[in-house]
Formats: sequence, C-alpha cells, structure tokens
Amino acid sequence: MRTARATALTALLTGSALLVAACGGSGFSDDEGGGGAEAPEETSDAGGSLTVLIGSSGDAETDAVTSAVDAWSQESGTDAEVTVASDLPQQLSQGFAAGSPPDVFYVGTDNLAGYAANGSLFAYGDDLENKDDFYPALVENFTYDGEFYCAPKDFSTLALVINTDAWAAAGLTDADIPTDWAGLADVAARLTTPEQVGLTFGPEYQRVGVFMAQAGGGLVDEDGTTAIADSPENVEALTFVQQMLKDGVLAFPSAIDSGWGGEAFGTGRAAMTIEGNWIVGALRNDFPDVKYQVVELPAGPAGQGTLQFTNCWGIAADSQNQQAALELVQHLTATEQQVAFAEAFGVMPSVQSAAEDFRTAFPEMTAFIDSAEFAVGMPTAQGAVDVIGDFNGQIEGLADADVAAVLESVQTNMQSALDAQG
Amino acid sequence: MSVTTTRRRSGTRIESRRAAAGWLFVAPVIVILGLFLLVPVLMAAWVSVSDWTGRGSPLAGDTGFVGSANYEALLLGGGLPTQDFGTSLRNNAWYVFLVVPIQTALSLGLAVLVNRQLLKARGFFRTAFYFPSVTSSVAITVVFLFLFSASGAVNRLLAAVSADGPNWMSDARGVVHMVLGGLGVDRAPGPLADNGFVGLSWWDWLAGPSVAMCVFIIMAVFTTSGTFMLLFLAALQAISADVDEAAIMDGATSWQRFWRVTLPMLRPTIFTVTTLGLIGTWQVFEQIYTGSQGGPAKSTLTPAYLSYSASFLSGQWGRGAAIAFILFAIIIVLTALQRFALREREVPRRRRFLPPPASRATGAAPGPVPVPDPGGRP
Repeated sequence: MRTARATALTALLTGSALLVAACGGSGFSDDEGGGGAEAPEETSDAGGSLTVLIGSSGDAETDAVTSAVDAWSQESGTDAEVTVASDLPQQLSQGFAAGSPPDVFYVGTDNLAGYAANGSLFAYGDDLENKDDFYPALVENFTYDGEFYCAPKDFSTLALVINTDAWAAAGLTDADIPTDWAGLADVAARLTTPEQVGLTFGPEYQRVGVFMAQAGGGLVDEDGTTAIADSPENVEALTFVQQMLKDGVLAFPSAIDSGWGGEAFGTGRAAMTIEGNWIVGALRNDFPDVKYQVVELPAGPAGQGTLQFTNCWGIAADSQNQQAALELVQHLTATEQQVAFAEAFGVMPSVQSAAEDFRTAFPEMTAFIDSAEFAVGMPTAQGAVDVIGDFNGQIEGLADADVAAVLESVQTNMQSALDAQG
Repeated sequence: MSVTTTRRRSGTRIESRRAAAGWLFVAPVIVILGLFLLVPVLMAAWVSVSDWTGRGSPLAGDTGFVGSANYEALLLGGGLPTQDFGTSLRNNAWYVFLVVPIQTALSLGLAVLVNRQLLKARGFFRTAFYFPSVTSSVAITVVFLFLFSASGAVNRLLAAVSADGPNWMSDARGVVHMVLGGLGVDRAPGPLADNGFVGLSWWDWLAGPSVAMCVFIIMAVFTTSGTFMLLFLAALQAISADVDEAAIMDGATSWQRFWRVTLPMLRPTIFTVTTLGLIGTWQVFEQIYTGSQGGPAKSTLTPAYLSYSASFLSGQWGRGAAIAFILFAIIIVLTALQRFALREREVPRRRRFLPPPASRATGAAPGPVPVPDPGGRP
C-alpha cells in the first residue's frame, strides 16, 4: 500500500543513511590517515583508480570533463571515472558518512565550511604549482581557517545585459550606458513601455547583493566574523531597489511571467537584466535572435561592485590516492585545459593567465571577466546559506517591505550563524 | 507444522524444542527488522542528541553527547532553525488539516458509489479511481507541475471561464491571509503579531496553506483517495444486506440508513483510514523534494523535507534527526487523540449486540479491516 510504504520510507530516511554510516564507518576506521584532526599526509595507493563526481550543467560540460579526465588517464596510467551526480550535496554527504567518498568532486562555496570543518576535505591548495595564478578573491573563497583547501574550478560574475534593439528604439546611444545608480534608474525608466519593463533580475541576494556591494555594504565583514547586514549602506542599496520596484521600472521575473531573468530578457518582457555569463549560452540556445550587449554594472556610492560565484575541485580526506587526485586537479586547472573548458561550455577560467585567451575567444563576454576585479564572493560561513535563503524569501516581498526590519532579521540570523561556527 | 505433530512424554523438552523452532522461524524477520528498522532508529536517536558532523561513524569516539541541545535549538532557540521548524510545522499542519478530512470523505463517497448494485461498469470505475494510487508519486508530481504552471492547463481552463488563475507554484501567499486581506484585514491585530509559538507569530500560523501548498493538497487527495476507497469498499461489502433490509423495514430513508446504520458500522475503517491518512500526510516528502524543494518562500517546507535538508544539505545531522523524532512524537500524539475521539462510546449492554452477528465490522475494538486483493476485484 502506498501510505504504508511511504511511512516506512520516511521513517527510515535518516535511519538508513546512518546504517550505511555504521557499516562504512568500521571499514573506514581501519584505514590509516583517517582521523580528521591529524596533519594531512598524502595517501598514494599506487595504481588505484580515481572516481570523479561532478554536478554537471549539461552534456557539454559532462563531455568536456570526461574527455579531459580520459586524456589525463592515458597520460598518467591511472584509471579515472567521471560520474554525474543527480544530487551532489546528498551524494557527497553519504560518501563522507560511509567513509567512501569519491576522490575528486565539485564543492560549492556554501558547502566548503561544513566539509572542511568535519575534516572531509584534503587541504591541498598550497601544494598546487599554479597556486599564485588563481584570482585572489577565488582563493579567499576556498580558504577556511587560514588554509587554502581546494583549487577554484572556474567562476562567474554578474554584469548588466542590454537588449540593443530596445535600447535603440528608446532613442538611447552608447553614451547613455549607465555608470551610476541615477543613470541606471533613468535608462530603466526610458526603456519601460506597456509591453516591456526596463530592468529585471531574480528576487534574491545573489542579484540584489550587487547593489549592496556597490553601496559599500554586504552581509559579512572582511574577516568573516561579524555580520554587517543592517548597515546604513545596505539600507541605502535596498531602498534604491525598492524605489525602482515601486516606480515600475524594475520587475522580478515571476511578475512578468518568467522563470528567471534570462527568460524575461529573451522573450522581450524586459530590456535589461543582471545575470552571469551563463546567460550567453542560454540566449544562444533558446533565443538566438535577440541582440544584446553586456556591460559592467554601474557604480554605486562606494564605487563598482558585483558578485561572483565559483566551485572548486575538492579532494576527499578519505581518498586512497590523494597524490594522483592532486595530479588530476593540477591537470584540470592548467591554463590550456581551462581555456578548453571555457570554449566547451562558456565558463570563465579561474586562473589569470587564461584571461587573455578568454577575451580573444569570447569578445562579447569581456565585461564579465573584467568585473572580476571588483567582484565579491558569497559568504562562506556554515549556515550562511540558510540565512541567505531566508533573506531571499523576504526580498520577494521587497516592494512593500520595511527595509530596515528585513535587514535587522538578516543581521540577527547571520550573526548567530557566525557565532555558531565559532 | 512439524512442531505440533511431535508428541513426546517429556513436556519440558517439547516445550523447549517448540520454543527453539519458533525462534528459528521468526529469526529472519527479527534480523531483517532489527537491522533495517531497530538499529537505524536507535542510531538516529543517538545522533539527535549528539554533535555528529557527518563524517565517519556516529559511534566513533570523537562524537560528543550534547543532551537536548538540538531539540532546544529547534523548539526554544528563537533563531533561524526555530523559525524554519515552526514554518514547516505550520505548513504541514494546514496540509493535514485539509487533506485528511477531504480524502476520507471523498474516498467514502467513491466507495459508496462503486458499491451500488445499480451502477453500470462498476469494474471500470473501481479501476479508474484506484489508478492514481498505483502511479509513481514522482510522475504525478511532474504532471501536476505542468498542469499548474503559470500558462498551464488549469490556468487556461480558468481563463476560459474568465477567471485569472494565480501563478500557482510561485505564489507564497497564505490562502487564509488572502481571504482576510479581501475582507480588509491585511495587517496582524496586535496580540496576534506580538505573541507566537515555535518562532512564528500567531498571525503567521493563521496564514493558511500557500497557493503552492494547495497544489500539493489537491494532489494528495487525488492520489490517496483510491487506496482508501478500496478500504471503505471492503468494509461496505462486509456489511450484510440484512442490516439494510431491516432498516428499510423499520421505515428508514436512504439518508437515515447511511448516517445511522452504515456509517457507525464503518467506524473501525474510518479509524484506519484517518490514521493512515494522518501518518502519510505528516510525512509528506517525495512531492516536496521533486516539486518545490520547500519554496516559494518556504511555504511548502515540511518537517520531513526540513529533516532531509538540515542533514544532507546543511550538514546539521543532529538537528535533522531531532526533527525526525519530534515528527514521530507529533504523529503518535495525534493518533492517540484520534483513537480517543473515535472510541466506542458506552452503550447499554442489550443494545450493543443489536446488529446481527453476520456484520463483523461492528467489533468493539477497532482492528485491521480485510483488504481485498486489488488484482482480484478491480
């Protein structure tokens, strides 16, 4: 019977995972080099094969990673198998609990602190040959407790995407490209017609945060120990966004019948959007006829600012063959390999030495890579992702919200998350 | 049974042999239940009072005992974990409050319908009503997501009758709040806003299910009514025709016969159906996992999904296990309450045995009702 089965399933949800943990746990404690607190010493099980678990954005990414890993296997003689995760954090959690995680895998900035804190990750950053080539802001994203844990895989930044046809139709020229908030609000107003709204972006910190950065605010201070969500800079930023919403020159995608900013932009329901470099591929696939231009975001009261998102190549502390895993990561983050990934699925290389090649290959994306200079990362503290999730829920109702009260609740939650991390 | 056929003088030897054979026969079940049910439950109980971080065995030496800290963070902490847990309880309580009565009433109605001797093509209707129950809930969720998308079939249908459908799956507004807003009450009255329970103000508790949650409510009623119809059908068929005839002879109308004769005799089945419904609805997970992941704005977050996301996604294993145990307690308490509410009330002794012995369904203690094999009588 359905209900009975569902009952058993749900009741066992936590339980069965723990059983797996129990079974795996005993096996794992026999291994040498297991304890999380010990100084990491590379394991090298000569000839042992590697498993690579990735959270893929699609076939292009899967194929590119698979062929890069295969090429490395041929060269090094170590077998390596790429698996695409259907639910990456869940599969990794099970692997860590069982003591048999994949050797190499993607780690997002929001998971790094948790995995690093419980000793699941092998901190190999300082062993990388091209360590100094990575963008410093990315290295900072993957540094926990002063240790550089894993090599940034690639990254994305947010920029302003403009529909050039709508731009010309509104009588705007290159000279009108906004360089400050007043300019942005002005062009958004001039681009707003009964059929289209001037500007759109998702109701989330991952977009609204650019204004907070431009105002000189943010969620967490420099050293990541104090929440600064209720600062006057953030109030100024959210008030500016709220004003645009009230004036009708900014609309969230769901209000104009779209799933995300790119869709609203592609269908012509919005003339401008704030999105990352993934929008280039999405527009090419879904809306090939839309003509657009990508420019850097305007500066706020405190100068330019944008957000960046990134993943890294994690290596498991329980991996039997960390030495080979490190060599593989070295291969995957090498300049020429990153250029190949960029060409295959449009990501931005995480090493500065690949930037020139990227600019040549993708002239339309230069605004994204140029924004790296003033980009700030997402807060990496454990629990910060829950706080941001809660913040996002409140941003959905920003038009009628009391900005100071919203930021105050975020301040309280973020500070308690930071305190819990200790 | 080989055990019962042996007849020896020495009683104790036979007794011990019997006992040994008995244990042998139940051993597989004990091992399976122990390994897959008891051990995991005990380990989860340990995790809920520990600071296990999710790496290696929770029984390893470096996992510490933290007492009720995880439970306190959920129930009394007042921070984000408390708010999230309160929100999930609120969402699920409304879900249960609407799904259980509707599915019980609907399945009873369907059972009465297909139990009629006059209905043509009874077999077809029985199969049709039962069909959603045998379909994978993930598949049904995906179909519902398409039906209830902003420009989906449901909204087209509403447009055809000049009604403007909401953007179902991204509408986080509570239905009760919407109705109150329509009546001009769009701000919480002071006492409701200032006081609360588990991190939510009373005003938020009263929000009602969000529009997105309503989709899941409709879906739950749609998928489970068939199963429960089958239970009611079995119970209806166990009621002897004599009882109905006797009532007719006494001059009862069909309406009176349903309320005064049939329904009381279905009491044990109603208990079974509402209990199963209560348990199933408090544990709703797959639909949320595939359909909404708790969004929009946490309005479809349920304790079961929160337990999963706290453990697997946020790495708060102790908190996740604690949620599972609080959920367990809620279900136990509500089932006990329901058993109390549906208990056999004291009836004078001579009236108690009035229904003829043929009607087995009137047994005093609510027990399991025979379920016909779905394959046998579609």
